[in-house]
Amino acid sequence: MNTVIFRTVAPGLAALMIMFSIYVLLRGHNEPGGGFIGGLIGASGLAIYGIACGVQEARKALVIHPIVLAGFGVFIGALSGFFALFAQEPFLTGLWLIFHVEGTEVALSTPLIFDIGVYATVVGSVATIALSLEDSEEED
Amino acid sequence: MATAETSYDALNLPPHFIESATPAADWILIWPVALTLLGSGLLVMLRGNRTAQVGFAAAITLAVVISNIYLLLRVFEVGPIAMTMGKWLPPFGITFVADMTSALFCLAASLSTLVVIFYAQIELDDREHRFGFYPLVLLLLCGVCGSFLTGDIFNLYVWFEVMLISSFGLLILGGRKVQLDGAVKYGFLNLLATTFFLVAIAYTYGLTGSLNVADIAQKAGDMPLGSMVSVAALFLLAFGIKAAAFPANAWLPAAYHTPSISVSALFGGMLTKVGAYALYRVLVLIMPEGRDFLEPAIIAIAVATMVLGPLGALAQTNIRRAIGFMVIGGIGVLFAGLAINSMHGVGGGVIYAMHSILTLTALYLIGGLVERMSGTNDIRFMGGIYGASALLSIAFIILVFAVAGLPPFLGFWPKLLLVEGAIRVGDWLLVAGLLINSLLTLIAASRLWAHIFWRNGHEGERSEQANETLRLLTPHEIRLGMVPALALIAVIVGMGLFPDWVFSAGGIAAMDMLSPDRYISAVFAEVPQP
Amino acid sequence: MEIALVGLVTLFFAVALYLILSKSIIRMLLGVVVLGNAVHLLIFTIGRLTTEIPPIIPAGTYVPLEGSANPLPQALILTAIVISFALFAFLLVLGYRAYEELDADNTDNMRLAEPEDAPRPPFSY
Repeated sequence: MNTVIFRTVAPGLAALMIMFSIYVLLRGHNEPGGGFIGGLIGASGLAIYGIACGVQEARKALVIHPIVLAGFGVFIGALSGFFALFAQEPFLTGLWLIFHVEGTEVALSTPLIFDIGVYATVVGSVATIALSLEDSEEED
Repeated sequence: MATAETSYDALNLPPHFIESATPAADWILIWPVALTLLGSGLLVMLRGNRTAQVGFAAAITLAVVISNIYLLLRVFEVGPIAMTMGKWLPPFGITFVADMTSALFCLAASLSTLVVIFYAQIELDDREHRFGFYPLVLLLLCGVCGSFLTGDIFNLYVWFEVMLISSFGLLILGGRKVQLDGAVKYGFLNLLATTFFLVAIAYTYGLTGSLNVADIAQKAGDMPLGSMVSVAALFLLAFGIKAAAFPANAWLPAAYHTPSISVSALFGGMLTKVGAYALYRVLVLIMPEGRDFLEPAIIAIAVATMVLGPLGALAQTNIRRAIGFMVIGGIGVLFAGLAINSMHGVGGGVIYAMHSILTLTALYLIGGLVERMSGTNDIRFMGGIYGASALLSIAFIILVFAVAGLPPFLGFWPKLLLVEGAIRVGDWLLVAGLLINSLLTLIAASRLWAHIFWRNGHEGERSEQANETLRLLTPHEIRLGMVPALALIAVIVGMGLFPDWVFSAGGIAAMDMLSPDRYISAVFAEVPQP
Repeated sequence: MEIALVGLVTLFFAVALYLILSKSIIRMLLGVVVLGNAVHLLIFTIGRLTTEIPPIIPAGTYVPLEGSANPLPQALILTAIVISFALFAFLLVLGYRAYEELDADNTDNMRLAEPEDAPRPPFSY
């Protein structure tokens, strides 16, 4: 797994995959996509980076420990349900803020926040598992 | 703002949504689940900061306890309350419903979790902290409260899995070899049970076209009896494994003694009762005809579990395994309540479950303190603790009486109700089973007490010599370990001495289970009548 | 079509239960995977099979087309797949760790938590 070609391509590929994962996350509400699938793509990007450049490099690039990212995801996922409290609606009711910027319709909503939470949870937990598995292979 | 041509107009489509405003007071249903979920995310982010983790975990659990007390009072006041997520009209949205049964179970579960969070500080090392004991405990409480509060049967499956995942994590925390062994058995059998549960859900959905508990309860009468009995039997199998009832009880004593005592206390107290709760919910509320058909089987399971549980406890030399078998005996009593199916039976069962959650948690914790003092978990090499700590021995003897169901402790009253109920329906087998269960549990538990506290030293010839391996509890262990456990025992004693509100709560719980009109109308309150 | 799927589900269940009854952990794990798929297919079949109109609401309307497929079983299966995948991953790692630490793939040799030479019940004193 340590060919020159792979090591050269991997950082770019990982960056591309993470960017694409965010695109998939954001188009998720009415188009195919969403937090879960986006998270899986993002985590695969991190895993590829870890395989090519070493787990230490991947951890350094992430800055925070992936499990913290997963916890953050659970936290804001749960938090997104609470906005409805102020609108006198039941828990998890979707609230929408729709406005136009230069002719483009922009829709911000609590489901989006929830989806970002799912994304962070999936990236965090899958990356935790993948990086620790890669780690233990290096030890052998 | 939104103009006519936005693609999001469909969001404001009224006829399929709840239109009236939801008052903030109704949110009381959500707090136990939402706070613990928020908390577990927060605590994962705080990994590495041990003090903050403990502080936040205790604060959040305390908030959950307070919110559960308020929930209980509110259910007393207005009857069952319901809330359907995301504004959808039931039965399409996921509904949360709290009736008296849910509120009592939630309160008991959060109380024992609070005590365990304090106790855990004396036994977890840094490694176990770093791998997330506190987030997992909060996630477990989230799953347990979610199971108790949800009014949607597929959602119940999801909460079971939340519970299962966090219990896996807790079970292998620390990673000793014996834990891996226990976790393999626990993991496979519980996974199998939840899969059977999923199969039963699939059949229920196929037969009624609905997943909402209140909706199924209305439609279940139209099911052909044969189909209903098959589905009910599948539910009985799935939840029977989860609850560790007789033929499927082997995994519990094989797994529950392996993790740290805090985890055992949580599991022994709460987890098995979730299976029993689900069984009450499904068989009494949703499929009463199925339950009637299965009654002989339930009686057989109840009697066998009630007798064999404490008999198993008698044979053990490991204190944790002995308590594990007492957990199984308690499950038998819950099955007896299910078999009686009257106000006495269901009410007694619900109160007994609450008693069992609190008492067994306390018993595990006191057992853990005893282990710390004697440095072993083998009761043959214990002894002399009466001289070393009289307070601990009094606490233990109270729990011995409580777990066996002797007056004036909390365990006595539900047993009384159950025996009376069994006599009224003329089921003498159950009466005998209940009484034998009390007797055998008393013998098993008081023998533990005699071995651990009463005799001076180890088993055999040296039993009169002083036990020289004994060490006293440190002030740290007394402050964080003994005081919370004693507080829990005080709650048990207090509820036993003043059982009036427990009785009335049990009565309301049984009434809403046996004739679920109030439950159903609470769920469908927002649906416009045609 | 239903009959064929029912036969398939039965076959899956039979294979899964046979594998789970084995003593080897790795076979039990494979059994768990097959069992999960059996249940997913069961849910799919039980939601009634219809002709191939996808349950997508066309633009400009608020209700799906007449006779379109039932979307609920698909949602349930998606949830169940995610959950069973997570549990399977956990059990796989657990089984591997158990194999490493206990040196036992055979459940008969896995007696650490319940030793076979368990001591006799305690004497009264």
